[in-house]
Amino acid sequence: MRAIGIILAGGNNSRMRELSNKRAISAMPIGGSYRAIDFALSNMSNSHVQKVAVLTQYNSRSLNEHLNSSKWWDFGRKQGGLFVFTPTITPDNGMWYQGTADAIAQNLNFLKSSHEPYVVIASGDCVYKLDYGKVLEYHIEKRADITVVTKVMPEGMDVSRFGVVRVDDENRIVDMEEKPLVTKSNIISTGVYVIRRRQLIELLERSMAEGRRDFVQDILIRYKDVKKIYAYNLDTYWSNISTVEAYFNTNKDFLRKDVHDYFFKEYPDVFSRIDDNPPAKYNPGARVSNSLVSSGCIVNGIVEDSVIFKKVYIGNNCTIKNSIILNDVRIGDNTYIENCIVESRATIKANSTYIGENGETKIIVVKGERYIIG
Amino acid sequence: MIKKEMIAMLLAGGQGSRLGVLTSDIAKPAVPYGGKYRIIDFALSNCINSGVDTVGVLTQYQPLRLNTHIGIGIPWDLDRNVGGVSILPPYEKSTNTEWYTGTANAIFQNLRYMELYNPDYVLILGGDHIYKMDYEVVLDYHKAHKADITLATIPVPLEEASRFGIVITDDDGRITEFEEKPEHPRSNLASMGIYIFSWPVLRDALITLKDQSGCDFGKHVIPYCHEHGKRIFAYEFNGYWKDVGTLMSYWESNMELIDIVPDFNLYEEFWKIYTKTEVIPPQYIAPGAVIETAIVSEGAEIYGKVYRSIIGPGVVIGENTVVHDSIIMRSTTIGNNCEIYKSIIAEECNIGNGVRLGIGDEAPNVDKPSIYTGGLVAIGENSVIPDNVTVGKNTAISGVTEAEDYPNGYLPSGQNIIKAGGVE
Repeated sequence: MRAIGIILAGGNNSRMRELSNKRAISAMPIGGSYRAIDFALSNMSNSHVQKVAVLTQYNSRSLNEHLNSSKWWDFGRKQGGLFVFTPTITPDNGMWYQGTADAIAQNLNFLKSSHEPYVVIASGDCVYKLDYGKVLEYHIEKRADITVVTKVMPEGMDVSRFGVVRVDDENRIVDMEEKPLVTKSNIISTGVYVIRRRQLIELLERSMAEGRRDFVQDILIRYKDVKKIYAYNLDTYWSNISTVEAYFNTNKDFLRKDVHDYFFKEYPDVFSRIDDNPPAKYNPGARVSNSLVSSGCIVNGIVEDSVIFKKVYIGNNCTIKNSIILNDVRIGDNTYIENCIVESRATIKANSTYIGENGETKIIVVKGERYIIG
Repeated sequence: MIKKEMIAMLLAGGQGSRLGVLTSDIAKPAVPYGGKYRIIDFALSNCINSGVDTVGVLTQYQPLRLNTHIGIGIPWDLDRNVGGVSILPPYEKSTNTEWYTGTANAIFQNLRYMELYNPDYVLILGGDHIYKMDYEVVLDYHKAHKADITLATIPVPLEEASRFGIVITDDDGRITEFEEKPEHPRSNLASMGIYIFSWPVLRDALITLKDQSGCDFGKHVIPYCHEHGKRIFAYEFNGYWKDVGTLMSYWESNMELIDIVPDFNLYEEFWKIYTKTEVIPPQYIAPGAVIETAIVSEGAEIYGKVYRSIIGPGVVIGENTVVHDSIIMRSTTIGNNCEIYKSIIAEECNIGNGVRLGIGDEAPNVDKPSIYTGGLVAIGENSVIPDNVTVGKNTAISGVTEAEDYPNGYLPSGQNIIKAGGVE
């Protein structure tokens, strides 16, 4: 492959509410057995991008744990590999990453010491499959300076949390706004960019000299009339999970046959860390319907329209409806949970009731001592 | 200098012919167990959990699946700079080329592999039992008794002892006598086929007995060492240990896993069992599906009803299909409107719509009455069963079968259809 990869995984978002207390968005569990960053990492690996840097900043413990070995995504190679860059203090800089451009600029050596001519930049909080090789071919064919992967959202959908672009007949981006109040288009940026490595170094050095730190504002928008920035349209499933609502709905999407067939069965596979859980076990009293259940779970109760992540124990006579139960949760007997997201490692006492009402998803964060079951 | 205190030699070359069609194309240690595992995973996981990080796996019969499963040993952390897992097939020599003719002969042919690591002790294992054992504890016992050989043994009910190799010990645990399948057993300690040898003792015995045809540990090496006054001790093991050598015991042992708190618990954090994870996604349980008292592996899709069964990774069970008391292995697809009773269906099979398995009265199997018994239906890997056929009990099917193979759409109890694999 003629490109190296950069995954921006440092982000946090207050709209994730309590879920962001524990981890960066890129480390959020998705679809029962995955973490958000697995999709970008698997895309890189499946596109034969062999050298990938993950830039982390916000609460990276969980993310680092997930990235404990690069072998899961097949990056443990002599050529290339997986690099995790957190902000460090150097003689020139004692600051955190102050923006997406700054984050990459602080690791300019990674770019300078590589020899591949192109760079693929992706964010770690989106769920999709994409062959970056195809984007690169398009980029070269269009003789673009920068290619932005875009997605046409349904008419009338609120896109104000995204970067919104307008394109001309040639698909060249003529206008771009970040999180606009009033939107003039339903084409959004997916946060995936292809750019020539030397071009990126040059743009970053100039931006840093001017004290500009954001990739979208200070590079894409600022240079849109000077540089040839093209849109590559992604027409398959894509979802960004950076709000609680989007996170909940993305997980629920995996209950749809077209979505789980697309991610679970069609080539190429999505990879993730293997954690050696036994198969799921259904005891007498288990009644599961329209749900995803992951390895290591033990189910004794009723589960409907829900996504159950790994190593979840569901006690006798429990009912779980329309909910997302994250990893390693224990739910005591006779508990009722509806319209909720249960944060990982929660221990829910017997006879509890949690219901998200008025269309709002309730987030349950319970710590507390583990009791022994059985 | 390379030095390992104890290395393991894992005998995985056997066919396991009593598993019938399940082992027509794969060696017994590669047969799936408990949904996502294979039988050899238990011995390999025991090794790494016991701190034994150098394991030679001796293969001979149909090794492809074993080779791809083990690879370089990543799932068991056996990918090491020094040691790790090595697959040891029989090989051509400048003189006297031969297959592995017996358990001890196989080990003898790999003397140079063992010498490479300068071991003090060599652990000899089979790859065909389900158990969790700390071999380090056995080694401590071996050292404490200044033994030359330690046999792992397990107490069995006295009435069943005549099926086993029985050892008789003195008060210290030193073995005074061996009895192979005795009619009137004088002890209930059965040998588990697990040995720790002090390396010089093993080396001398193998070299002395190198011309013994079919050289076997139980028949030749142990008796030879016993006659020459070596100190042979019995280590008594008291955990779960299951021989899954016959179809019936294989089925029973799988079924024990679905008890609420099974004797053999895979859900403990301690002493994890590792395997190569071939399927990552979660399982999907459709609206209207029922799963009760079952184990279901990654990536399975259940649209029908599953009772008291073990479902492997990537299995699809169609709508209105009912599965009872069965073992369905990896990537097998079962169509809609089927009834499956007490069946063992191997990997990557395709069962049509409206198929009924395990129906009718029992009749002894015409070819192998001792193998296909207990009312089971056994279906070999990569088999295809056409739509709307009915299959009786004590039956075996292997290969791509078509409607013509089932006169009147029916395979009566006790009959077989073997179209592939060559070996029944």
